Amino acid sequence: MMRQVLYALMPAALAHVWYFGPGFIFNLIVASLFCVAGEALMMRVRNRAAKSALADYSAIVTAALIAFALPSLTPWWVTATGSLFAVVVAKHLYGGLGFNVFNPAMVGYVVILIAFPLHANLWVAPRMGDIDYQFLTILQTLTYTLTGSLPDALSFDAVSRATPLDSMQSGLRNLLTYAELRANPMMGDFGGHGWEWIGNFVALGGFWLLIKKIISWQIPLGVFAGLLIPAGLMYAIDPGTHASPGFHLFSGATILCAFFIATDPVSAATSPKGRFIYGVGTGLLVYAIRRWGSYADGVAFAVLLMNMASPAIDYMTRPHIVGHARRGNE
Amino acid sequence: MSAPTYDLGKLHGGLRLPGHKSASTAQPIRTVPIPERLILPITQHVGDPAQPVVGIGERVLKGQLIATSEGSLGAPIHASSSGRIVAIEPWPVSRRHGDNAPCIIIECDGEDRAVKTVESQPLFDQLPPEVLLHQILRGGIVGLGGAVFPTAQKLMQARTCKLDYLILNGVECEPYISCDDVLMREHAVEVAVGAQILMHALQLETCYIAIESDKPEAIHRLAEVMGELDDDRLVLKLVPTIYPSGGENQLVQLLANREVPSGRLPTDVGCLVQNVGTVVAIHDWIINNEPLVSRITTVTGDGVAVPTNVRARIGTPVADIIEFVGGYTDVAEQLIIGGPMTGKSVSDDRVPLVKATNCILVLSASPTTGPELACIRCGDCYSVCPVQLLPQQLFWYACADDEKGLRRYGLTDCIECGCCDLACPCNIPLTANFRRAKGRMQKMASEKTRAERARRRFEARNERLKREQHARSEELGRQKESARTAGPAAIAEILKRKQDKTEAE
Repeated sequence: MMRQVLYALMPAALAHVWYFGPGFIFNLIVASLFCVAGEALMMRVRNRAAKSALADYSAIVTAALIAFALPSLTPWWVTATGSLFAVVVAKHLYGGLGFNVFNPAMVGYVVILIAFPLHANLWVAPRMGDIDYQFLTILQTLTYTLTGSLPDALSFDAVSRATPLDSMQSGLRNLLTYAELRANPMMGDFGGHGWEWIGNFVALGGFWLLIKKIISWQIPLGVFAGLLIPAGLMYAIDPGTHASPGFHLFSGATILCAFFIATDPVSAATSPKGRFIYGVGTGLLVYAIRRWGSYADGVAFAVLLMNMASPAIDYMTRPHIVGHARRGNE
Repeated sequence: MSAPTYDLGKLHGGLRLPGHKSASTAQPIRTVPIPERLILPITQHVGDPAQPVVGIGERVLKGQLIATSEGSLGAPIHASSSGRIVAIEPWPVSRRHGDNAPCIIIECDGEDRAVKTVESQPLFDQLPPEVLLHQILRGGIVGLGGAVFPTAQKLMQARTCKLDYLILNGVECEPYISCDDVLMREHAVEVAVGAQILMHALQLETCYIAIESDKPEAIHRLAEVMGELDDDRLVLKLVPTIYPSGGENQLVQLLANREVPSGRLPTDVGCLVQNVGTVVAIHDWIINNEPLVSRITTVTGDGVAVPTNVRARIGTPVADIIEFVGGYTDVAEQLIIGGPMTGKSVSDDRVPLVKATNCILVLSASPTTGPELACIRCGDCYSVCPVQLLPQQLFWYACADDEKGLRRYGLTDCIECGCCDLACPCNIPLTANFRRAKGRMQKMASEKTRAERARRRFEARNERLKREQHARSEELGRQKESARTAGPAAIAEILKRKQDKTEAE
């Protein structure tokens, strides 16, 4: 089942590499290495067979999600810290697969965000036709991943750019209007240029998972509803100072969250009704953090907060058992 | 007679399973000849074991009563052929718990002589319902769908409820089993007349005959017979081919759109469900005076040479039946009494065919499933559960032995159909876990009642001792008091009497 998730992520991975360079591949390799090593180590420490845990590919899925969450230019020790924390602490110290309360990939990413704030926010500009942004070669990217130092002629300022979400958030807070911000060539049709195409490919993989019945539709629908309905409301009330729902949908990790991150079965709610509520809660929190919080994208925190609520949601949304009185009629 | 209808309630979950029934329905029912020995367990029904009424060495006739269940929940047992009782001793049987059970063993003389039947008897619809029910009690009839609940007692309980429908269960949703299918094809008249007998006994006006939609021959034959009988109380209802829509509660949900309350019976919502085999057995007993001494069984699987449905006498060893249909094949590995989902695996083919045996399944080795992984809370088990339970939560609480949690999530409502086992991507044996958990819960419950009783007796004893002590001390106080007040006068009295006595002497 986890293998299918990896297949579904491949189109998005290819799009990522196309727009942002080979850094994603190196991050993926580093993350996979450390996730697998961490899992093997923990299974050994717990006196269990390492092979059976690795055979379900869940460590690789965690690594992939961490790689998607990070900028393509990331030194290896940043990725490694996040990966190890995700697998060792968030997953195995809680009991291993099936017992983790929190989504391991998101825990890993949040640790990186808080421990390495500079590196976690060093985003690269996407490839865009004729705009003259510095684009590193493969070798230069590899050097950076291994050593953390850019080629001599370049500085961080030259290479990095704010993400569309980030620039939108800071721009709106500096009282620029949404329309003005949209005029920036960094913006694409809905979200940011390049970013939205990755979003499309993620959605492709997501729909494939839905068709194959690997994930159920309640969580993605809930996330989209919880994010886009408030976004639409606020945009309708005041279009000048709010980003449109379309922008929210295609920026940042929205689609990745809806189909791949929030749908992690172990940390999400269980019953169909519970899953929908969980999705809506995630979407609402993502919007709240984007609109009023200090982080550009709230997906990681939203998912972790809803993970905390999952047991309660499960308890309150137990489905009706045939032959029992319907709750509320007792 | 109306055309078969589909208007049904909804059933959650369930699985479409491959049928594997065409091999065994390809030929007509064959009758297994009289075996050398008949082995009849005295517990072939829910309830208390029947009491043997014959002794070793006695000669019995076919249809003669050999074990009675007067005064307890059960059904009588009759000899399936004529012969001599050679033993009443434990023998391997295919019960769910334990292997050997007390059996009456008859050595058959091959003549198959039957008891003399009553010369003339009134037609069933001229008998009062109570008389009819008492007569059914003596026929040894139990639920032949596999549950073997004594039919007469079930009907008597049903009479105390307000009933709307009689439902005949010809659904037979479990793979491989086809005995009810061929029964309906070849004995459709008995099914319909049996339904009429039951409707008279229970004073009902509507009877639904439920059949799965993948049994066209049976549907056709029954429709024909119902047309000939021209009894518009009988209605044919088609049910989609989804396992386990043949479960009693599930069928009530589908046909009457009513949920049977947890822990209660279908009769509480006005429905009485009877397997078509049971109905035919009732017919044979009431109309032809033949007690339940034989049944139709499906012998199938890739481990038998020619899958067939056979009519065999109760007590025939399974080995004899398999030999009759052509013997084992080279790949035969497992012997299962019952179906692949709800049957029991046995290791000894000397076990007899009993009233509950609806299928003898011989399979080659099952393909190995993967290793059991931890539950990833995917929710597939909920989506297939016909009772809308959350098997993953039940599994969690079963592992933790948390009785309160198990009750809250409805463990007692699990019908052990096995759908969740098939749906689980982590190969967790959920149904087996739930059976064990139910057993543990029952044990804990009985221990609790015993402890409760012991506590009450202890407290009552303490009460009693306290009361007695209180009474004693009161009595003592009263005596002291009377001694004090009456004191000197009484002592003088006693002394005077003593003096008088000594003076008198």
